[in-house]
Amino acid sequence: MSLITENLVVLNLDSPDRHIATRVLSQALAAEGRVTDLEGFLTDVRKREEQMPTGLPGGIGIPHARSAYVTEPSLVFGRSTAGIDWGAEDGPATLIFLIAAPEGGGDDHLKILAALARRLMRTEFRESLTNAPDAAAVVDIVTREVVNP
Amino acid sequence: MKFVGVTSCPTGIAHTYMAAEGLEQAAKAAGHTIEVETQGSAGFDKLSPETIAAADAVIFAVGVPVRDRARFAGKPLVEAEVKKAISDGPGLISQAVAAAEQARANPQAFAASQATAPAGKGGGGLATKVDKGAPVGTRIRQWLMTGVSYMIPFVAAGGIMIALGFMVAQLAGGKNGAIVVTKLYSLTGPPDPNPTHIVNIVTDFNPTDGMHWAALLFLVGAAAFGFLVPILSGFIAFAIADRPGLAPGIVGGAIASTMGAGFLGGIATGFIGGFAALWISRWKVPKGVRGIMPVVVIPLLSTIITGAALVLILGRPLKALSDGLASWLGGLSGANLIVLGVILGLMMGFDLGGPVNKVAYTFATTGLVAAGTSTTAPQLKIMAAVMAAGMVAPLGMALATTVRPMLFSEAERENGQAAWLLGASFISEGAIPFAAADPWRVIVSSMSGSAVTGALVMIFGNTLRAPHGGLWVVPLISSPLLYILAIGIGTVVCTAVVVALKTAGPGPVRTELDAGGLAEVVTV
Repeated sequence: MSLITENLVVLNLDSPDRHIATRVLSQALAAEGRVTDLEGFLTDVRKREEQMPTGLPGGIGIPHARSAYVTEPSLVFGRSTAGIDWGAEDGPATLIFLIAAPEGGGDDHLKILAALARRLMRTEFRESLTNAPDAAAVVDIVTREVVNP
Repeated sequence: MKFVGVTSCPTGIAHTYMAAEGLEQAAKAAGHTIEVETQGSAGFDKLSPETIAAADAVIFAVGVPVRDRARFAGKPLVEAEVKKAISDGPGLISQAVAAAEQARANPQAFAASQATAPAGKGGGGLATKVDKGAPVGTRIRQWLMTGVSYMIPFVAAGGIMIALGFMVAQLAGGKNGAIVVTKLYSLTGPPDPNPTHIVNIVTDFNPTDGMHWAALLFLVGAAAFGFLVPILSGFIAFAIADRPGLAPGIVGGAIASTMGAGFLGGIATGFIGGFAALWISRWKVPKGVRGIMPVVVIPLLSTIITGAALVLILGRPLKALSDGLASWLGGLSGANLIVLGVILGLMMGFDLGGPVNKVAYTFATTGLVAAGTSTTAPQLKIMAAVMAAGMVAPLGMALATTVRPMLFSEAERENGQAAWLLGASFISEGAIPFAAADPWRVIVSSMSGSAVTGALVMIFGNTLRAPHGGLWVVPLISSPLLYILAIGIGTVVCTAVVVALKTAGPGPVRTELDAGGLAEVVTV
């Protein structure tokens, strides 16, 4: 099991709004077979997003859901140069983390996501992702920092 | 400083942990420590009770309600949206520092504000307001406040029902209605099958008779009042010893109530019962006995100790005091009436339904018989003075909470509103919550105001033939306007004294915490 693969990294994510961006990222999950029903999963993410947008200060967005259509805990990383409005007060998000958790995931799975969430609060972690040259580097950083710290 | 925190969010996989990280980083950067309980999807490890007890303040950064919130009761608390901890962890940490410092700098105010929090909010059993590490003076106050906060609903329910009973009796029974309602109705049959005049409200209730409705209100209200002292005593003991304190405290309070020891007696039994239970619960006992300690040994022994202490040790001095005061008062009958008015006022204001108050009241009511049909007998003036004086304390507290709300806790302010009606109905007990929470300041002010009113009634020469009823028997009082003036002046004196004492005292009871000083600081 891997939290993220090179196919789950989108380095030129440029979408007019956060819902389309979320769809682009989710398609990667569907293509990898980690999401069994793209529309169902998008509905679940949107439900969470509508409670309150998940944009956070510092230019990050963390669309996420626990969904029955997710087969394993996954992270899709998207990077946008122009930035996408994710509802944060201080401006658009350039780093997007789409977090997908299975509905009945075991504790271990969820702990990895908890560790990921904690890493998102570290400036160094975010900077290294901003500066990562390619998808392989992103996977490396996440695996090193979150999966096998 | 040491803090504890709880974070949570609707999905429970992202914000919960980011918020925890945000708080931990901010605490570390500011040189504090914090342990955060992440109530997310990945299960959560509960903070240990020791960790919570050692914390200077609690931070809730939550998107869904905190689970087992009662664990954090009694701690300075900062509560915010979960996002706040992600975007501004340092801001929350500095708010927590401020809340902890405020509670530490002014523990009495904090205790008072804690006592105003609804008991047991968020489930998890009954709440005490006691901070184990606080200095003795603060803890005594917290014990008293715990008892008071549980007693207040009984004061309000009982007092208002009694007042409504008078009101209905006045409408249904004419100007003597408020007297009749206290005398001629009962919940049990007449003890003597021969016609006494007692109406049994249980068997003979007549829905078309207004007096029966008045009597129903009065009797139910009186039943609620029967719990004032037991509940006060029980929950003082509960605050001291936790659950084991309840039985000795409540039983001790009930005996104090039966013996006429008043709320001061109830405070005494609360402390005796609480410490007896606490002491016994700390005994080192063999394993076999340990299981029956909480259900048999502690309640049995602590209740015996409390009851016996009250009956055997306090009983006689109390009786001697009552008898002594009564015969002393009897000897004063011929004395200057104004002096007598001052003395009766002081007695009425001292313990608000306790033994001293009762001696003065009984002195007045028994005098009514001696007055016969005379309309100018001194006994009628004594009755008028006693009733007026007995109305001053609750009215004075009601006025004080209105003009200087900041000197009182939220619970006291709410009780203050009911105290207007209670005072107007000659229900001195309306002031007990204030007196039990801050005895000497409130008793001094109550005695001052009552003494002034007692003297003024004598000077004005008002007479009264009714033993009870307050403003509801005004038609039975001579020169009612002067009578109300006497009560009004005493009330203002009482208010002025209590405001002065609470403002000047070493620890004025202010409640910045619930007065909006810090918008996001709330009590648990």
